Parts: sequence; C-alpha cells; structure tokens
Amino acid sequence: MSEQRAVMRLEPVLPEKEQARAAQLAEVWKEPPGFIGWFKAIHHTTIGKRFILTAFAFFLAAGLLAGAMRLQLAFPESHLMSPDLYNQIFTMHGSTMMFLFAVPMMFEALSVYLVPLMLGTRQIAFPRLNAYSYYLYLFGGLMLFAFFFVNSGPDRGWFAYVPLSGPDYGPGKRADIWAQLITFTEVSALCVAVEVVVTTFKLRAPGMSLNRIPIFVWGQVVTAFMVIFAMPGVVVASTMLLLDRTCGTQFFNPAVGGDVLLFQHLFWWFGHPEVYIIFIPGTVIVSTVLSTFCRRHMFGYLAVILSLIATGFIAFGLWVHHMFATGIPQMSESFFTAASMMIAIPTGTQIFCWIATITTGKVVLKTPMWWVLGFFFVFIIGGMTGIYVASVPVDLQVHDTYFIVAHFHYVLIGGAVFPLFAAFAYWFPKMTGRMMSEKLGLWSFWLFTIGFNVTFFPMHIVGLRGMPRRVYTYPAGAGWTVLNQIESLGYLFLFAGVAMFLVNVWRSLKRGELAGPNPWQAGGLEWAVPSPPPAYNFLNLPTVNGSEPLWDAAPDQPIVTGLKEDVREVLTTRILDAEPEGRDEMPAPSIWPFLAAVATTALFIGSIFRPIAVSIGAIPLGITLIAWFWPTREESERRRKQDIWQTE
Amino acid sequence: MTCLANFAGLFPGRQTPLRPVGPQALHIEHTLVLVFAITTIVYLIVMAVLTVGVVRARTKEPLPVPLTPDPSTERRASWAVGIALGITTLLLFIMLIDSFRTSHQTAVLAAQPAMKINVYGHMWWWEVEYPMDEEPYRMVRTANEIHIPVGAVVDIHGTSRDVIHSFWAPNIHGKKDLLPGYQNDLTLRVDEPGTWRGQCAEFCGLQHAHMAFDIVAQSRKDFDKWYVQQLTASAEPTTSEAAHGREVFLTHTCVMCHTVRGTSANSHVGPDLTHVASRSMIAAGTLKNNRGNLTGWVANAQSIKPGCRMPPNPMPASDLNDLITYLESLK
Repeated sequence: MSEQRAVMRLEPVLPEKEQARAAQLAEVWKEPPGFIGWFKAIHHTTIGKRFILTAFAFFLAAGLLAGAMRLQLAFPESHLMSPDLYNQIFTMHGSTMMFLFAVPMMFEALSVYLVPLMLGTRQIAFPRLNAYSYYLYLFGGLMLFAFFFVNSGPDRGWFAYVPLSGPDYGPGKRADIWAQLITFTEVSALCVAVEVVVTTFKLRAPGMSLNRIPIFVWGQVVTAFMVIFAMPGVVVASTMLLLDRTCGTQFFNPAVGGDVLLFQHLFWWFGHPEVYIIFIPGTVIVSTVLSTFCRRHMFGYLAVILSLIATGFIAFGLWVHHMFATGIPQMSESFFTAASMMIAIPTGTQIFCWIATITTGKVVLKTPMWWVLGFFFVFIIGGMTGIYVASVPVDLQVHDTYFIVAHFHYVLIGGAVFPLFAAFAYWFPKMTGRMMSEKLGLWSFWLFTIGFNVTFFPMHIVGLRGMPRRVYTYPAGAGWTVLNQIESLGYLFLFAGVAMFLVNVWRSLKRGELAGPNPWQAGGLEWAVPSPPPAYNFLNLPTVNGSEPLWDAAPDQPIVTGLKEDVREVLTTRILDAEPEGRDEMPAPSIWPFLAAVATTALFIGSIFRPIAVSIGAIPLGITLIAWFWPTREESERRRKQDIWQTE
Repeated sequence: MTCLANFAGLFPGRQTPLRPVGPQALHIEHTLVLVFAITTIVYLIVMAVLTVGVVRARTKEPLPVPLTPDPSTERRASWAVGIALGITTLLLFIMLIDSFRTSHQTAVLAAQPAMKINVYGHMWWWEVEYPMDEEPYRMVRTANEIHIPVGAVVDIHGTSRDVIHSFWAPNIHGKKDLLPGYQNDLTLRVDEPGTWRGQCAEFCGLQHAHMAFDIVAQSRKDFDKWYVQQLTASAEPTTSEAAHGREVFLTHTCVMCHTVRGTSANSHVGPDLTHVASRSMIAAGTLKNNRGNLTGWVANAQSIKPGCRMPPNPMPASDLNDLITYLESLK
C-alpha cells in the first residue's frame, strides 16, 4: 500500500492552474542571472552544491599531498624531499582534510543542501549568512593554498603545538597562516551551525514533531550544537597564538609564566569533539541509506537519536586522551579513560541498531549500500583500535606512532569518507537528475576499499614496530621499509578508486539515466520534489505523518496552503510539535554577503601581518554589513502589514 | 613475557612495545594483548553476524515495498540489541579495570629508591645528566646514550630546553612528554642487558625524524666502570696529529657550542664531547660513530641532518683529519 502512495507522489501530473503557480514560484525564487548574479545567489541548493564541489576539490588536493608523502616514505633515508617541504606537506594534508574537507563536507555542505529539503521548507534560515559562510570558507582555503604555493605553507602540524609554533621557534608567517585558516573555517562553520539549528527548530513541515525529524537532520543538529560549543575553544587557542606571535603577548611562554599545555587543552577541547563532528554526519548518512536499502524504518529510531545526543555530550569529556603522555595526574587520566571507553556504548547502540535493521529488512545491494557495508568493515576496526587509545597504559605506547595514523584513518575514512561516497551515490540523482553508473560505482568501491586497507592496515604493524608519526624519513635497518612500501603501493589503488568515481560522475552527468523524483523509492521528503529540485523546492508544502514521510503518508495527506507566492515566504512552526506558527519572508539574493566575505578576508589576512589591520579592516567590513542589512521599502511595508495581520 | 611468543616474529627489534625488557613495558603488553584479544573476537563476531544478516536478508527484487515492521520480530531484535549492548558494556568494564590495574602496576616502581638521571630534550638531541655525585662539577654529562645498570630502578627527570619532545623507549616503558616549564618523571627498570633504542615521539620540527637515543643496560660492574670513566676529564692527546686536532677544535667554532672537560671548551649549546668516542652513535642516533661518518658530520652536518644546529665547518683536509683524530681519541 505504501508503494502506491509513493508512486502517486512520484509522478505528479500538474493541472494547468498548478503549472501557473509553479511558474510564478520559480520566478519569485529564482537566482539572479548573469556573472554578477552568480555572486548574489543565496538559495540553499546553490550554496550547498558550491560547498560540496569546493570541499571535494580540497579532498582531492589533500589526497594528492598524501601521495607525495607516500612517495617520500617509500624509501628509507630518502632525499626526495627536504624535511622542510615534507613538514609543510603533512601539515597541509592534515589541515586541509580536517578544516577544508571533513567538517565543511560532512557538516556544512551536506546539511546546507539537504536539511531544508528533508524538513519540507523552501529555504534555509539566514540564507545570506549562508552565502557569506561559503565565501569565507572558500577564501580561507584559497589563502592557505596560495601561501603554500609560495613556500609559506604551515609546517607545524595540523595541531600547531606551542612553543614549536610560537614566536621563538616558528619563524616566518607560516604559523600565523595556520591560525587564520582556523579563524576562517571556524567562523564559517559557526554560521552554518546557527542556520541548521534554526532551520530545524523553526522551519519544519507541520506534523514533523521532534520524534519524526529524519535521523539525518537529528545528526546534523547534534553536530551543529557540537560546533557551537567546540569551535570557540580552537578559535581562542589560535587567536592567542596569533597574539603571542604578532602582538607580543606571552600566553604560551613558560619563561614568563605562560603555559604550553594550555594550548593543548584548548585545542583538544575542540579537537576531540571535531572527530565526532565529522563522524556523526557519517553515521546518520548510514542510517538514512540503510533504511532505504533495507526497505524499512530504521530499527530503534529513538535509541539512535538518544545515542547521537549522548555521543555529542560524551565527546566533550574525552579530550585529555590526546594528552596522556603530558604528565597529567593519574587520577584525572583515569576519568578520561573511562569516558573514552564509555563513548563506545552509544556508538555500539547505533551499530547494533544498524545490524538489526539489516537482518530484519530486505537488503537491496546497490552502490550506496556497498559503501555502507564497507563502512562497517572499516570503521569498526577503527572503533576497536580506539580502545587501545582510550586505555592510558596502552596509549602511552601507541600514541604518536603510525598505529595512531592507522587508527584515525580507519575512523575518519571509514566513518566519514565511506558514508560520504554512499551519500554521493545516494543523493547524486537528487542533485543532478541523473543516476550514477552502478558498474563504475562498484569498481570505485572495490578499488577504494582494497587500496584503503593495503595503505592503512600495515600502519598498525609498523607503529607497533616503533615507527613514530610525522617523521620525514626513517632509518633503513629498523624493519619499517617493506611495510612502508606496501602502504605506498596501496595509495595507487586509492587513487584509482577516486579517479573511477570522478569518471563515473562525469559520465553520469552526460549520459546517466534520468532519475525522476524518487529513484530509490525512499521515504524522505527530499524525494518528494523533482530532481534536481526547483528553486522553490516544494510546489505544495507537505505535512508529515512519520519519520519517513513519504512511506508514512496517509492517502489524503493534507498540504499547506495560504502562503504568499509572490514573495519568498516560508512557514514557521513550533519547536516541539511543529504546529504552524507564522509566516516569514526570506531575504532576496544580494551581492553584500559576498562583499562582506571579501572585507572579512582582507581583515583576517591583514591581521597576519599587522595587528592594526583588525581596526582598519573593520571599516569596510562595517560598511558591507550595513549594506547587507539595509531594508527595502516594499519589504518593510509587507512585514509591517503581516505583523498586524498576525497579531489580530 | 612468553604470552606473545607468536608475535615475536612479527615484532622483532629493540624499538617495539611488543618485546618488553622491563616490568612496565611487560604490564602494558599484557593489557595490549587483552585488548587485542577482546576487540579481535568482538570484531569477528560482529562481521560474521553482519555478513550472515546481509546474505539472508538480501533480495533480488529491484526495490520492494517498504516493510511494515512485525512486532514480534522487532521485540526479538530489541532483545538482541539489548543483550549485545550488555555484553559490550561488560567487556568495556573488563578492559577498563585491567587498564587501571596496569596503570597502578607501572606506577608502583616510583615508590622505590631510585637512581636519578636528568634528561633534557633539545632540537634535535638528548642531553643526559647523572647528578649522582655530590659535587656538581663532577657530574657526568653525556648525550643520546643513557647507561643504566640492569635491574636498577631509574628515575628519569625529563624536561625540555626548547620545544616539546617526547621520551619514548618502547621496550622499556610508554612515552613521557618533555615540556618546557614542566618536569615530568618516568621511573623505569630494565631486566635484560642490551642496547634498547628510543626516539622522540612528539613532532618537534625539521629533524624530528633524527632524534633517537640508546638506553644501554649493562651489569652493575660494567656500568660502574663506564661511570668512573665518564667522570674523568678528557684524555690528553698522545700523538702530534691529535694535539694539532685539539688546537683546531679550540680555535674553530666548535668551542662556541661544545664542552670538552679538561680544555677551555665549555659551552652547553651542543652535546658534551668529553667522551664522544665512547658513544656508539652520533647525531642523535643518526649515524654510527666511525671515522668516515664523523668526518662527514663535522665537515657538513647540514647534508646529513638538514636544519640541525651544527653549522658546516669548511677547513683544510689536514686540519679536519687531525680534528677527527682528536675526537676519536676522546674515549
């Protein structure tokens, strides 16, 4: 019976009157045309696509840097690269993967594109802020690579510990560039976090009470809250570092009472939740893909949501397990061991619920499902090696060795990149209107999975054989050579797997089968709109009856009417039960977020060189912000009338 | 120590936690093996359940109608998830308690009377001090090579002279960071004579890769002999080449950084060279200490360890030759 309903919604044959409405909505919501229009665009699907493309480009760049490292490490005492270049490359690889790929892709890109569609609304909350956050992120990334190409790439590791990155031991501008990259990406992430929280709490379709919010959106909301609480830690740390370096403050100088461990505490207060900021979106992709390809609602919806929230809380109690070797008292270390092991319980809950979904469902093995199975195989190994790291004594042996490199690549590639490729295969038809090739998809899956394991599994062994991390070379007789060569060989397979994926994208864009609105017969609201979604997303704003709205819809499921369709209006609903509450008008496309981002960029980059740039740069920034928020007469008029209407 | 006999083939060598030669590394290895055993078994079970689940639930239909959950199946699945979670929690507790126990066992050694050694991390070498003698000027100071008596409890007081380093000799104990502004102690004991390698484990800049040290565990007799030898001032040159070499040493930039006790060279920027010829490696575990390597190192250390603090020393070949002869006489 559900299938009938799904089919019914699949091919809406629009009567003439509806077509006229659609045309009007398309006119109202359309992005401005032309070259300048490109910079004015603010619709969440436009910005979301840009986020996805940019983050993927940074993924490829950082992947090439990884190839350079594997080339250097393929031979002992290799002189292919100078230690200076190698240090820049591994720092760039880590910083790019963490700050320019993983967080922007898993959290910002996916949630900006998908969350409003999944909630059944026409636009993300604060769309201009959204455009601003994208440009800020883009400029931050471009700045980093521009400096790298002129031999000023950061070379102090993605963690930039003081005093190595401080004024005494970090000459040049390299560490300042790292510190400002952090500011760029964190401001961008914080903006998106606010948008996601407000969109989810205020713009849901009527009927989508808290217990019917799609798991994907729940995950992104938990992630957004984690971003809001975690990011300030690293922004403070990197700003204090910048102040030490450019203004002569002494926060981290032990000679005058500063403290080198303070930086580590602040950094890991962010750095550990960061892992879950990357991983939680991965898990909710897995939940979403699983329920579609197991043809059932996710088993244990409530347990999974509570696990996500629990993970979000516990993630803030783990940071010291990155610092077990720093000489922190044993009693306090024990608390962090316990917390680190405790986080296995919510993660375990999710894994068991996934397995229950599989065993009680009907499994359809398509490419997204293969990537999810790969996720299980790879990520759980990373989860298991996480226990080694949680245990203080064992961590003291494996910490800062290649064992850790293996561990976190299993966690991050397993927990984020595998689900990400599942997400690409799953939502590609939605974004482009065309299906990806199953055959090429499976090829890239197998090449990537084999390449990944050949590259990273031997790192466990070489780490237990005593090879430390972040070394630009190693002695010939240490028993590390052959394993390193196997790892370098594996990189070729990884490279081929990603290349195959790109070929698949290219071919599918040109010749892929047309997808239609709901090619997977899935239950989420994003599948109720045409593929790719029109500028107004939903012709008829939906109401919701369950956690998989299309599967759970009643035969006569009502739609929302009464919104103005000659202006950009969205429906606001109440936080708990999503009862309709009011209407709100979304801002029009504008060039000012882009210009504000340019002004912010000038301020941030200027502050690397002269502290006074903060004061001077505030002037153009202030001007662009004033222009950004300058109201138009018609809009104010409409808002005034509407306010009167609402209070009557 | 035998519980990992099967691993011995895979983890040979003098820089691995899986060939423990002291009580702490041994305790840690036990925990590591316990965690390895539990996690491996759990992983295999989970993968087996998953594989069987996928194979049994797999359908050839393109995209079947979404299922309406069957209450009795759901209840059974809930029980299974609950039981699996219970077992997970139990196993976590076992590993947690074992981890606490090991932490305790590795700490009890610190309560025993111990021989003190100060270790200072430098970019990129290790300064080692033996403050055993009452009179400070008779303190033994060496570099990158820590001699200790087998079976003796040794207390390493570690700190850094510049950036953060991490002291790690995996066959003996876990690592301990050396932080500027802090002193961290590491108590250890080695029960097997031999030379055990350690390496800096915290990224510390350009030559982090070349910052190793040896811990030489020897019998009490050999250790005392070594110690007494180290206490002496440098040997007087016995040949004219060596005498000329000393003059070269004292008239070149060498004296700006190095100490040779018994001469006017008395700077502590670089390693103490009073008994440099007695050490088996140079440049913090980078090169074997032989004439060829020493010559190359003195002539142009930058080609071997780019970025290190040792400048190139251009000088006539005969001067260099005599200088090396002198250094080699500093037993």
